[in-house]
Amino acid sequence: MIPRPHGGRLINKILTGKKREILLSEASELPSISISFERVIDVMDIAHGVFSPLEGFLFQEDYINVLYDMRLTNDLPWTIPIVLDVDPEEISGLKEGDDIILRYNEEPIAIMKIEEIYGWDKKEYARQVYKTTDPNHPGVSKTYNRKELLIGGTIDLLNEIKHPLENRILWPIETRVLFKEKKWRTIVAFQTRNVPHRGHEYVQKAALTFADGLLIHPLVGWKKPGDYRDEVIFAAYEALIKHYYPKNVVVLAGLLMNMNYAGPREAIHHAIVRKNFGATHFIVGRDHAGVGDYYGPYEAWEIFDEFPDLGITPLFIREAFYCRKCGGMANEKICPHGDEYRIKISGTKLRKMIMEGKIPPEYMMRPEVAETILKFKDPFVH
Amino acid sequence: MEEEIEVKISIPKTLYEKLVKEAEDTGFKDIREFIIYVLEQLVETSDFEGEVMSKEDEEKVKERLRALGYID
Repeated sequence: MIPRPHGGRLINKILTGKKREILLSEASELPSISISFERVIDVMDIAHGVFSPLEGFLFQEDYINVLYDMRLTNDLPWTIPIVLDVDPEEISGLKEGDDIILRYNEEPIAIMKIEEIYGWDKKEYARQVYKTTDPNHPGVSKTYNRKELLIGGTIDLLNEIKHPLENRILWPIETRVLFKEKKWRTIVAFQTRNVPHRGHEYVQKAALTFADGLLIHPLVGWKKPGDYRDEVIFAAYEALIKHYYPKNVVVLAGLLMNMNYAGPREAIHHAIVRKNFGATHFIVGRDHAGVGDYYGPYEAWEIFDEFPDLGITPLFIREAFYCRKCGGMANEKICPHGDEYRIKISGTKLRKMIMEGKIPPEYMMRPEVAETILKFKDPFVH
Repeated sequence: MEEEIEVKISIPKTLYEKLVKEAEDTGFKDIREFIIYVLEQLVETSDFEGEVMSKEDEEKVKERLRALGYID
């Protein structure tokens, strides 16, 4: 059965009709602040229910609860604080209770009711969320560059932002309708920000064996240099699905959401978000949403023990390798052979081959996938 | 125009005041027009796995899914 959204109700904060027209016409008279593209993505995610049950940016009480207890004040699991940072001068003269317009490139994106203005300790945020205060961690570095105050309050979306990949992006209400149309009752979601290699395919198919459908859900949004570009990821997956998956068992859809590289906390966040999209199961990778060696390889699995009330089932599928003795893909749970037979599929090695214009061996990547990637002049983010 | 009947109900004063304000803010002619609109929306909606959406909205979603090739 498609699960109810987190908190029981899919949030919809998209203004339409007369109310939107009236508020848009009043927007020029209201005070406004400019927000970054990353915050626009947060606004869109709140408005479309990706972050249900959030209806806006966190109030201080929720912020503190999420930071230290990984739960909202109503006890619902929530691990990544969704906060709006501002400079004191940007909001001088504004007070709690005021309405403001959030703008991006001058365009009004949303109306927000300022319900609380409060300070934050960015180093403490980093310590709690990222488990490190090292500025070399990409998430920590972004945190340190954020502004000095936070404002909490509900938002209402006035205008959708055009995204180059908007026709690849589905929102929770759309996947929910889609799964209902397909009559899927069990849906396993797979988070990715990579092109697929044989290890990914193995994990997805292992999970799909027990589910009605698979949601391949690449994250569209900020990525670090060296990651594959979004359009390359989609093209590579289309090649894989076309040649190696049965019809009508896979939905490939983009998820417009920021990536934090917060390891275990982000694994929980990713699971909650997929529940809102209607998934019943979520594949949690080894070192899920990790970066460098900031997190232990299985920390992202262990953290799920603290959330028996998540409402989506995590699937911990071990990392796959090619076993020459088994003659196929396997993992350490099902293969008895030693390291001398096992060939690990290294993303770094694959990336190097792609950079050199080489087709990786078939046990690492399907040739159709590799050829598709190599058709792109520059497949990487800089 | 469909025949109308007059119904008299008592509602809390604060709710009435909120409805009057909401009707004004959202550009409805009067509170009667606003209340009819709200009730129609409520009656025409279907409970959809935890969220309430109208048949019209569900059809809009399906249209987009069709346009993007997700459903036939």
